[in-house]
Amino acid sequence: MTRRGFFYRIWKWLAVIAGLEIAGISIAFIFTGKRKEQKSDQLKVLARIEDIPPGTVFPYRIGQLYLVRLKNGGFMALSLKCTHLGCSIRWYDDSQKFICPCHASEFDMRGNVNKPPAPRALDIYKVVVEDGLIKVDLGKRIKRTKFEKSQVTFA
Amino acid sequence: MPNKQIKEENNYFPESVRTRNVFRNLILHLHPVKVRRASLKFTHTFGLGGMVALLFVLQVFTGLILRFVYLPVVDHAYESILQINQSVFFGQFIRNIHHWSGMLMVILTFLHLLRVFYTEAFHSPRRSNWVIGVVLFILVIFSNFSGYLLPWDQLSFWAVTVMTSMLEYIPWAGGWLAQLIRGGSDVGPVTLLNFFTFHTALLPMSVVILMAFHFWKVRKAGGVVIPGGKANPDKEYINTVPHLVLKELVVALVLVGTILLMSVFFNAPLLEKANPALSPNPAKAPWYFLGIQELLMHFHPFFAAILIPLLFVGMLFWLPYSRFDKMSLGIWFVSEKGRKLCLRVLLFTIVVVPILVLSNEFIPDMIGSASGWKAMVLEGLVPFLIILVVLWVWVIILYKKKKYSKNEIVQAVFTFLVISYLTLMIIGIWFRGEGMALMWPWKV
Ligand code: HEM
Ligand code: FES
Repeated sequence: MTRRGFFYRIWKWLAVIAGLEIAGISIAFIFTGKRKEQKSDQLKVLARIEDIPPGTVFPYRIGQLYLVRLKNGGFMALSLKCTHLGCSIRWYDDSQKFICPCHASEFDMRGNVNKPPAPRALDIYKVVVEDGLIKVDLGKRIKRTKFEKSQVTFA
Repeated sequence: MPNKQIKEENNYFPESVRTRNVFRNLILHLHPVKVRRASLKFTHTFGLGGMVALLFVLQVFTGLILRFVYLPVVDHAYESILQINQSVFFGQFIRNIHHWSGMLMVILTFLHLLRVFYTEAFHSPRRSNWVIGVVLFILVIFSNFSGYLLPWDQLSFWAVTVMTSMLEYIPWAGGWLAQLIRGGSDVGPVTLLNFFTFHTALLPMSVVILMAFHFWKVRKAGGVVIPGGKANPDKEYINTVPHLVLKELVVALVLVGTILLMSVFFNAPLLEKANPALSPNPAKAPWYFLGIQELLMHFHPFFAAILIPLLFVGMLFWLPYSRFDKMSLGIWFVSEKGRKLCLRVLLFTIVVVPILVLSNEFIPDMIGSASGWKAMVLEGLVPFLIILVVLWVWVIILYKKKKYSKNEIVQAVFTFLVISYLTLMIIGIWFRGEGMALMWPWKV
């Protein structure tokens, strides 16, 4: 290799490295500058136990969730966001199911998928029952594939 | 030669010498002094590329004006659009121009792509320019889409929620990418700021750079494609000014006139302010993505929103670099035979696609609440492979039995894909109502 070719190659690689550095710095800047997700463990009191009889679904839209009391008395907090593409699901009392307005996915009271295209059960929030109060941890949305008994909190 | 040339031109500009020179300079930055007469026939190009360029200029001007009032902050964005609509002088009018020419830009860019495709203008020496064009097309779509969020009403909020959630179905990188674009796990203040930056800086800047490249490549290829390329019998060159420029002026006037009229009579839509807890029913993506949204009703999201669109775009990029039997430059639909085939494919597709959509209503979903990989195979891979095999058999028959050339077959497949998309899009726009149920347009 000639000396000129050698230097040319060095310059080329330096340019590539510099380019990558600039791209890396930009992405790091955008990513860390923007991420302010609350990861708190703050429990929010939503209701008293006696306010919510078994078998009812109670919207709490500010927190973007539904507080559900199953027929057996257990509590769940289901995210409003459809797992398909993120529209807000709605509870229909007469047919006893959640329906998504966007592509018509359906979920049962426990958040399980009744009808696709939604690929998995609704996300949940942790529910804690203390002193007769129902508290929900709004800081963390928990993903799941389908309903399991351990997701239910009993009074 | 140049002196005589300039003298001849000067007669068309009765202003002072100075203005004349400035004007000519501007034109000759974009055009050569002389162009081939055969390239001026309107039905070769329909002036589509030029119209898009003009619309871009219009977007930059109106966008710039809007930016003086618009605020990219969640609590004020919607209010600032209301203010533009209600209390700013000509506010609604300027916003309407920006809205309608944004919409026309998507349509005309798409038509321009079709024109280039069907006149086979993507062969050498225009291969790289076709690739630049495809990138420009994508940039125009995302320019429109990023602008769509800015009014922060129910329409824009949910369209962007749905579209960015699609990204999450990309294996491995999807979640990360969606987070990066949204700046969080939901559409919120950061998303608005991101989209504002895309819309008013990153995308227009990229478009300008690529447009310059695009025009330069047109000149380098010796102008637009003409039937037969170099072999075209009409070898005569004529002056750009006035022959080409006058035609361009007429097209420009008609286009601008149309947009102004539209903006006087039709207002850009604005619904209620965005409410993250309440999706409107139905919640639809922007109209140009409704074909994908319709596909989502029938396919697993990874196939509908990621794989199929990516494959299509990949095919567009690869198209000029694949080997063709012949280079039928500049001839609409390759040949008479090719034109007839396209017409038949068109009719076939607009009948069959609605039938498939309808039949999917009556076949209950096979999988119930199957999840994960099982859903991906049953709702994605299986129907996808079936369609692929049918297409493949069709192509083989066309090639072996019916003796079509590769150019004609590629054209037929492309026509099938494009018309399928447009049919799905029309179903999505006009035939899907509450709960995304199928219904007649007057009930939607
Ligand atoms: C590449 C070409 C462009 C396209 C296709 C485009 C498209 C759009 C669209 C569809 C909207 C939504 C408007 C509505 O629904 O009424 C919008 C809004 C907006 N655009 Fe653009 N735009 C382009 C260029 C620009 C440029 C260059 C700027 C500024 C430098 C700009 C500034 C804005 C602003 C401030 C809004 C919000 C106002 C509104 O919603 O009416 N745009 N754009
Ligand atoms: S977003 Fe709920 S079904 Fe598509």
